Amino acid sequence: MTTTISRLRTGSLARRIGIAAIVLYCLAPFYWMVVSSLRRPSDQFSNSPLPVPVSFDNYAAAFDARNGFGRALLNSLIVSGVTTAVTLVVAIFAGYALARLSFRGKTLILTLIIAASMFPPITLIVPLLQFFTDAGWINTYQAMIVPSMSFALPLAVWNLTAFFRQMPAELEKAAQVDGCTPAQAFRKIVLPLAAPGIFTTAILVFISAWNEFLIAVSVVNDRQMMTANVIVSLFTGQYKYDQPFGTQMAAGVVVTLPLVVAVLFFQRRIVDGLTAGGLK
Amino acid sequence: MSLLSQAKPRRGTAFRPSRNSRRAGTGRLAAALLSPSLIVLGLVVGYPVLAACRLSFVVSNETIDPQTGFKVTATSYGLDNYAAVFTGDRFLRPWWNTTSFALASVAVEVLIGVAMALVMHQAFRGRALVRAAILVPWAIPTAISGLLWKWIFNSQGVANELLGARVLWSSEGFQAWLSVVIADTWKTAPFIGLLVLAGLQIIPGELYEAARVDGASTWYAFRRITLPLVRPALVVAVLFRLLDVLRMFDLPYVLVGPRKHSVETLSMIAFEEMSNLRFGTAAAYATVLFLYIAAVAFAFVKLFGADLIGRGTRSSP
Repeated sequence: MTTTISRLRTGSLARRIGIAAIVLYCLAPFYWMVVSSLRRPSDQFSNSPLPVPVSFDNYAAAFDARNGFGRALLNSLIVSGVTTAVTLVVAIFAGYALARLSFRGKTLILTLIIAASMFPPITLIVPLLQFFTDAGWINTYQAMIVPSMSFALPLAVWNLTAFFRQMPAELEKAAQVDGCTPAQAFRKIVLPLAAPGIFTTAILVFISAWNEFLIAVSVVNDRQMMTANVIVSLFTGQYKYDQPFGTQMAAGVVVTLPLVVAVLFFQRRIVDGLTAGGLK
Repeated sequence: MSLLSQAKPRRGTAFRPSRNSRRAGTGRLAAALLSPSLIVLGLVVGYPVLAACRLSFVVSNETIDPQTGFKVTATSYGLDNYAAVFTGDRFLRPWWNTTSFALASVAVEVLIGVAMALVMHQAFRGRALVRAAILVPWAIPTAISGLLWKWIFNSQGVANELLGARVLWSSEGFQAWLSVVIADTWKTAPFIGLLVLAGLQIIPGELYEAARVDGASTWYAFRRITLPLVRPALVVAVLFRLLDVLRMFDLPYVLVGPRKHSVETLSMIAFEEMSNLRFGTAAAYATVLFLYIAAVAFAFVKLFGADLIGRGTRSSP
């Protein structure tokens, strides 16, 4: 009897240690970014686990007009927002068709969509950059948004297909029995019910578009049009070879915090979306 | 698959409420719903891939016109770009970096990810906290996490302090390579853990009870029940990670920097050629990388039988 209880205890203790190890593994580097960002610039090389005294100088430095960080955040928001909106509109139709309708060549189309997500971005960006140069699209939003759809769209179609599959088909059948055409059944019944899945997909697409770096660094050379990720990596210190880590960590926290908050709020949905799509 | 034959569109029956018209409507509706996606993918994936292939064969030569004395650029098709890629001194090393990053990162990520999934599967309390925590590394943009790890691996940074060493991580050499592997593992091992956890949760508990009744050890149950049943989820996770690491760019570019021998990947070389407006060789490097990734993906699917299509088409019970 006592051995069973002690075994249960060691079991739960090991479990707790395991959980603590996972949380520590995942959060320690992020914690270090936050702590480093809150030090005084003069304490930059201190490795104490807490920032004493707490200072917001690094944040002020990150938003210094010289850096153009505020503008870069706005650029990131525009590029990711438009990418997400356009991708969703296009992907909802495709996801529904692939999940619900039966037609010739469905497997082929699904294969093509998966294959599209596998191309290395550098292969796509070389000719696109040449094309954008000729078309005068360098330093424009559309030059970032259009290539971003190459990874956003397969991700969204895939997730929405899996999501529409999970919805009971009886509802649409009932609507069709009541005289709706498939298009009407989709608009009046499916779309409102699919809102949670569409929302999940929107978060995933937005996060992946917000994280994009290679396209943004290739098609833009004007600081005014750079996205936040690019501009933070280009921050320079007072001297050429001096990297302002405190400022970069502060900017990194600002770039990451909205995503971390979204993750905390919507973790269940994000996990569902990630495991349904399995992409990225 | 028997449903495929229903999709034939028929003309002239659109306004008659018969079974045929509904089927015809379905076929046409599918075409209408799918065409925007296919057009977009054709423009942002299909066109660039074909254009990159074409571009990789375009050779431009600058010569001086003997009559006018001006420089003229003549373009022709040939294998010169590929010759430059394969005979230059910048192919084998980046190829090996790309490959070794993929092998090392994915191997370590699978070990850590499976361990995480097993712990999380056991946990009843604090599941929401753990789930939120493991999403944090995934949500941090790779470029930002590159900077974060660059700071951690700074010569005066916390990594050296904790190790009690003075390693110059971000200089050239094995330690620079290792720092990229560590940063990549941190970011994506939790993601593998998440996918494996999803696979674990669909294994019925009765299987383990039956195994225990039959006297199987925990290790035996893990090897004979857990691993085979979680394999499909794991195979898909590994395939996606493999493809992702093979095209890696942001992490070594930000963490260590461009033109660093020990971490330069094929994507980075192609990017550098492109930045120097040598589009032909850039396209050749990019095409070689693409073919390499396609070959790895094909071999992987053949060897491990990843069921990619099933995830989208499997009907709900």
